[in-house]
Amino acid sequence: MRNPKRAEKIAFFFLFLATLLIVVPVGLIVVIIIQKGSPAINWQFLTDIPRQGMRAGGILPAIVGTVYLVLGAIIFALPIGVLSAVYLSEYAKDNFLTRIIKLAIINLAGVPSVVYGLFGLALFVVFFRFGASILSGSLTLGIMILPIIITTSREALESVPYSFREVSRSLGASKWQSISSIVLPNAISGILTGTILGLGRAAGETAPILFTVAAFYLPQLPSSIFHQAMALPYHLYVISTQVPNVDEKIRYGTALVLLALVLFMNLVAIIIRYKFRKKKKW
Amino acid sequence: MVKFSIRALNIWFDAVHALKNVTMDITANEVLSIIGPANSGKTAFLRMLNRLNELSENFRMSGEVKLSRGNIKDMDTELLRKRVGMVFALPLPLPLSIFGNVAYGIKMHGIKNEKRQREIIKQALKQAYLWEEVKDRLDESAFKLSGGQQQRLCIARTLALKPDVILFDEPCSGLDPISTAKVEEAMLRLKTDYTIVLVTNNVKQAARVGDKTAFFLSGELVEIDKTDKIFTTPTDKRTDGYIRGKFG
Amino acid sequence: MRKFREFFIEKLILICGLAAIFFVVLIFLFLLKEGLSVFGTVSPLKFLLGKSWYPISEPAQLGILPLILGSLLVTLGAAAISIPIGVACAVYIAEIAPLKIKEVLKSGIELLAAIPSVVLGFIGMVTLVPWVKSMFHLPTGLTALSGSIMLAFMAMPTIVSIAEDALYSVPKSYKEGALALGATHWQAIYRVILPAASSGILAAVMLGIGRVIGETMAVMMITGNAAVIPQSILVPIRTLTATIAAEMGEAVVGSEHYFALFAVGIVLFVMSFAINVTADLFLHKKK
Repeated sequence: MRNPKRAEKIAFFFLFLATLLIVVPVGLIVVIIIQKGSPAINWQFLTDIPRQGMRAGGILPAIVGTVYLVLGAIIFALPIGVLSAVYLSEYAKDNFLTRIIKLAIINLAGVPSVVYGLFGLALFVVFFRFGASILSGSLTLGIMILPIIITTSREALESVPYSFREVSRSLGASKWQSISSIVLPNAISGILTGTILGLGRAAGETAPILFTVAAFYLPQLPSSIFHQAMALPYHLYVISTQVPNVDEKIRYGTALVLLALVLFMNLVAIIIRYKFRKKKKW
Repeated sequence: MVKFSIRALNIWFDAVHALKNVTMDITANEVLSIIGPANSGKTAFLRMLNRLNELSENFRMSGEVKLSRGNIKDMDTELLRKRVGMVFALPLPLPLSIFGNVAYGIKMHGIKNEKRQREIIKQALKQAYLWEEVKDRLDESAFKLSGGQQQRLCIARTLALKPDVILFDEPCSGLDPISTAKVEEAMLRLKTDYTIVLVTNNVKQAARVGDKTAFFLSGELVEIDKTDKIFTTPTDKRTDGYIRGKFG
Repeated sequence: MRKFREFFIEKLILICGLAAIFFVVLIFLFLLKEGLSVFGTVSPLKFLLGKSWYPISEPAQLGILPLILGSLLVTLGAAAISIPIGVACAVYIAEIAPLKIKEVLKSGIELLAAIPSVVLGFIGMVTLVPWVKSMFHLPTGLTALSGSIMLAFMAMPTIVSIAEDALYSVPKSYKEGALALGATHWQAIYRVILPAASSGILAAVMLGIGRVIGETMAVMMITGNAAVIPQSILVPIRTLTATIAAEMGEAVVGSEHYFALFAVGIVLFVMSFAINVTADLFLHKKK
């Protein structure tokens, strides 16, 4: 350390190198998938059922299955998650119960995804006898994204200035009236952001749907929530590890569709956050 | 006629004894000014009258506050706050349109008929001397108004509920002299129909608008009397000192 | 009427507020309900420390030590790679990068967090696995090392973002004080800022490790899935998570194998619970 300026230069160079080691591969992965996957993308690929043992045809049932699963998950998780966030931000006192709730949320977020799969299997598929079905899969995914929705919604609610609540109460509005007519409408962008991030997460997860809904090969569209369905991430897993001799183009194409779906949702979330931040009135 | 009668009122926030054994009456259709240095308990007293203190988790009290003979503790808080309106220190419009701000309270109290709402809002805005300035842009965001206009909007918002009493918590602290004059003018005209309690840091403002003046110091009510008397021959030395600027 | 509605809604909100607790308990109970049955045939000790996992042979051998060691090996490997790089990246983003580059880097890392694990597993299969194979002249590239590299990569978003938060929340005055005493920026970073953020960085590392242990799809696709006690980092291994994911599809509901996989789930649940609670303690130590 005789020359601190030189030591600094060397240190900063290594820090920069470490950053490149993370960011460059991310860029490469995205570029490779786009480059190798885009030749596979055409109208038939997106709208046809898989054919010849998934070695040809399209991936429509998997896309539709994923959309159903994600919608189901959000229908379940959004109301519970938002009300839970309302509880934490508006009603909870600084006490033991609140600490336990926060700890439970952290743990829920940390439970390995495959354990959610086990849980969904034991509770929904076996105990409630829903069988392997869109319903079981959606509920499992819904519980999994609950912590994301709670955490982001809570942040959004807490960023609404306290004075609005006070003014509203001083005008004789009840607590729930204040929340529903002032606080929630002004937290909507944050809640929306969290919801879309949750959607993205649910769309990309494989392990929770392995035993609760995913069908290996089901060349038709699901017609009821009690049916099994194909799903994009599971389909990608299947054609990359379980089915020999699948054209690489189809694998990359499937990966690209899944990646595009998930990144699109994240992009929408970012845009919403950005737009509302600029528009913010206080 | 006595509007509020306060007996042996004590207020604590956690261990802080914010108001100590206050006993006083507030007369109807008068302006009562409350003066005193920072942390003297003026605001806690004001927020007692519409039970807004109860929004803080650490609030405790003893004693009693009666509004026209009824103990406010037994009243429905929403109805009490409708009767006892409040204007805050800073202009705090809700993130709604001008119309939406004034309509907010009456909507919450179940007035849904739009024609009825329009009438009430027009009248309230006129009473707050804002109607002429905003009548053509009621649907604009309230945040587009100037500071003084926003504060008069807040007054109109309170008036729309047709309260008995209006509490003003340092309503001019964020305003320039011209806006301040407009707000004071509104207050003086309102006193014929309403009872007004005004907390202010500005001793001159208290002298200008108050029929009576109360002086608070460290949570105690030092004295309350006719404004002329307080400002010319106060009973307590501490009142005299404050008015002459000894406590700042 | 208004009062009644208010009362009803507040109760509903309270119930939803308790949902997180309810679900954590429910998950644990259902894991226990299905998983504890296995201890009728195998003792807990033999289950945890048994050296062979042959769930479908007759009689079944249900020792998960190879799986635990497999998980541990990839996790240690991933930690060795991801901690230094992740923390270094966090320091770079928090302290050195100019504002505009900082935003780009952060969104790059958010992007990584958003990529589904099955996509990363697929990319690992077609790029990383062949590379490891030719690099070390191995019969197969599906090894613990490949898994470690991929998992290290997947842990980065967690480590970088939480560590960056911790570094960012160190009061500016600390740094200014050090600079005023003539320290270089780098000296201020490693003598003042890093120590001040240490508990947050520790939490970041723990949560990153939690992410690694729980990761399923990618690790299943690139580690070879051989349930034997690993002798080196260049051989195929099988993790706890991959075992569940790969075998549950074939296990008959109510069979010994089915119960055993739930018992593996209990082990995973307890591990992640311990990691998350500890990390949370570190995160809130300073506040």
